[in-house]
Amino acid sequence: MISGSKTKSPLMWVVHLSVLMLVLLWTMPTIGLFVSSIRDKDQLAVSGWWTALFSSEQNIIGRSVGPDAQIEENGLFVLKGNILEAEGKKGTVVSFGWKSQEPTLYKAGETAEMSSDQTMTIDADGNYVITQPKEWSGSRGRRIFFTINTPPIFTLDNYREVLTAEGIGRSFINSLTVTIPSTIIPILIAAFAAYALAWMHFPGRAVLIAVVVGLLVVPLQMSLIPLLRLYNSVGDFFGVPAKTYLGIWLAHTGFGLPLAIYLLRNYIAELPREIIESARVDGASHFDIFVKIILPLSFPALASFAIFQFLWVWNDLLVAMVFLGNTEDQLVLTGRLREMLGSRGGNWEILTASAFVTIVVPLTVFFALQRYLVRGLLAGSVKGG
Amino acid sequence: MEQLASAFGTVIIGVLACVAYFYGSNWLLDRIFPANAATAEKGIVNLRTAHAIRPWLFLGPALLALGLYLVYPAVESIRLSFFNNDGSKFIGVDNYVWLWFNKGFRQSMFNNMLWLVFVPAMSTFFGLVIAALTDRIWWGNIAKSLIFMPMAISFIGASIIWKFVYEYRGEGSAQIGIVNAVVEFFGGDPQAWITIPFWNNFFLMIILVWIQTGFAMVILSAALRGIPEETIEAATIDGANGLQIFFYIMVPQIWKTIAVVWTTITITVLKVFDIVFAMTNGQWDTQVLANLMYDWMFRGGGDFGRGATIAVIIMLLVVPIMVWNIRSVNSESKGH
Repeated sequence: MISGSKTKSPLMWVVHLSVLMLVLLWTMPTIGLFVSSIRDKDQLAVSGWWTALFSSEQNIIGRSVGPDAQIEENGLFVLKGNILEAEGKKGTVVSFGWKSQEPTLYKAGETAEMSSDQTMTIDADGNYVITQPKEWSGSRGRRIFFTINTPPIFTLDNYREVLTAEGIGRSFINSLTVTIPSTIIPILIAAFAAYALAWMHFPGRAVLIAVVVGLLVVPLQMSLIPLLRLYNSVGDFFGVPAKTYLGIWLAHTGFGLPLAIYLLRNYIAELPREIIESARVDGASHFDIFVKIILPLSFPALASFAIFQFLWVWNDLLVAMVFLGNTEDQLVLTGRLREMLGSRGGNWEILTASAFVTIVVPLTVFFALQRYLVRGLLAGSVKGG
Repeated sequence: MEQLASAFGTVIIGVLACVAYFYGSNWLLDRIFPANAATAEKGIVNLRTAHAIRPWLFLGPALLALGLYLVYPAVESIRLSFFNNDGSKFIGVDNYVWLWFNKGFRQSMFNNMLWLVFVPAMSTFFGLVIAALTDRIWWGNIAKSLIFMPMAISFIGASIIWKFVYEYRGEGSAQIGIVNAVVEFFGGDPQAWITIPFWNNFFLMIILVWIQTGFAMVILSAALRGIPEETIEAATIDGANGLQIFFYIMVPQIWKTIAVVWTTITITVLKVFDIVFAMTNGQWDTQVLANLMYDWMFRGGGDFGRGATIAVIIMLLVVPIMVWNIRSVNSESKGH
């Protein structure tokens, strides 16, 4: 950009540092999501994802075995067992206590002297011994307050759960079902129209181009209500459901066409005139020219649009909510995510893993085909006049 | 799986149908108006007729789809905005009057204006700064790629990502949201950020800025590279420093691109729905037009008249940009 700017300048480290900060700022939220999705769900709930690599401490309230399991040793009545196993926790006990006011008063291995000659000892491995001179009565064991230290646990359990039990797997297939036809069908239709607008002469061509440019920015919201009414009445008339995959494929086709035509026309119009004219002189028809010359040459533009449309349809929530139902066989990933936000709002292990499953496909497409995406963006934004 | 098979089946049928249509209609056209007719005159006439009809064969399916899915609904929405909830009774401008005095609508308009100022401004600003900075370092492309990445993430996915960033835990338990953890680290009080009226709008806007900055950066970066080096060299020789070159030489030259980026983001902002829908659904004074419209479209069985009225308002806000776009494309094609 600036000539000679790549040479060493005293301020270069400021540039490096600022860019690094910006990159961190921009990637941090996504990294947080990913790290959280592979953490143990108990750890995720009590510590920040940035502590994922360190062991975490957790305060737990447990209960010893009940009086029916007591044994008599040396004149003392003893309750013993393993508190970690009883509570289903992994890790080591750091400290414990017997009063809720002082839950961490004693270190693991120490013996706590409680009221009325009772004692309590908990080892780091969770084995506990509670004694008292007289027999234990009542039906429940003693409460034990303890703090455990757990090493970092990384797991794919969250993914296993969301893909099966939470229905993300099913929605993944639904999303693919919506996306594939919605991406491919508009391309052909748009390519023919773009060729006509670029290379054929007919009255009204300029007006049509202006119309396409105008339609580029028409908000989707303008289409929703009339189309919903139309779909409902078509459904009633033929006695078929109004919310079908065919309906949403066509809707996405319609909504994607202005950009498709605009992108492709710009590209096709820039192709060298000589190629097309020499083909005309050789007696090729418009149809032949289109199929044999234009289509193969416009591959980059076709790819750009396909990526755009794929990302847009895959990520769309609004159109899916209006034109598809929320039954198991029609709920797409975005719709499922939004349902989970309502029903599983606090279960971050579910939300993060689900969200990551939904963004992994677009991210893959993005990183693999970024070149075409950038090219499309550059061609697609209406140039300043 | 069966469903995917049907999707692939549709792709194949759809593509075949398209090919059959384009090929068949062309073939038919050449049969009906053969160029090698009985007389040369007839042949020329036929050729002309076929020539006049062919563009419309190429355009046919596209025009049909555009008409059915965009033009007709736009006209119909305007019509419905003058009708009652199920479109059965003409009620004049009642919906507009209702809208004008509606608290939710005023709230949405106010918030939308905030969005319209903040999001394009911040996205363009960050995009420009990042584009200028990354062009000067060897790992600039990697940095750009990473900042561009949120473009590929759905608004709802981004909402979950950011809900986790803003996550609030009551006092006493460790904060798992990074914003609150940082606030706590510096001795502040953790907050449930998205429930604080007025300021929560900005916390939602940040999500869209996060997504759109990559777009602004890509376009502006290309524009910056298009600046002729001589102008910058001349400024350097005249003793201008980096900042001066940036503001007085580079920015004025890419002014038009900045305007394009700004308007494109403006359009996105006007249509913003998913983020508000997922984060707050308009609670805590965060309502925006698109979410309000969705709300009325389905609330209590759906009030299509009022929903359409809100859609028309969104459309009206877009019209100036639409006109500007059409004019710039027209003047461009005249230049060719």
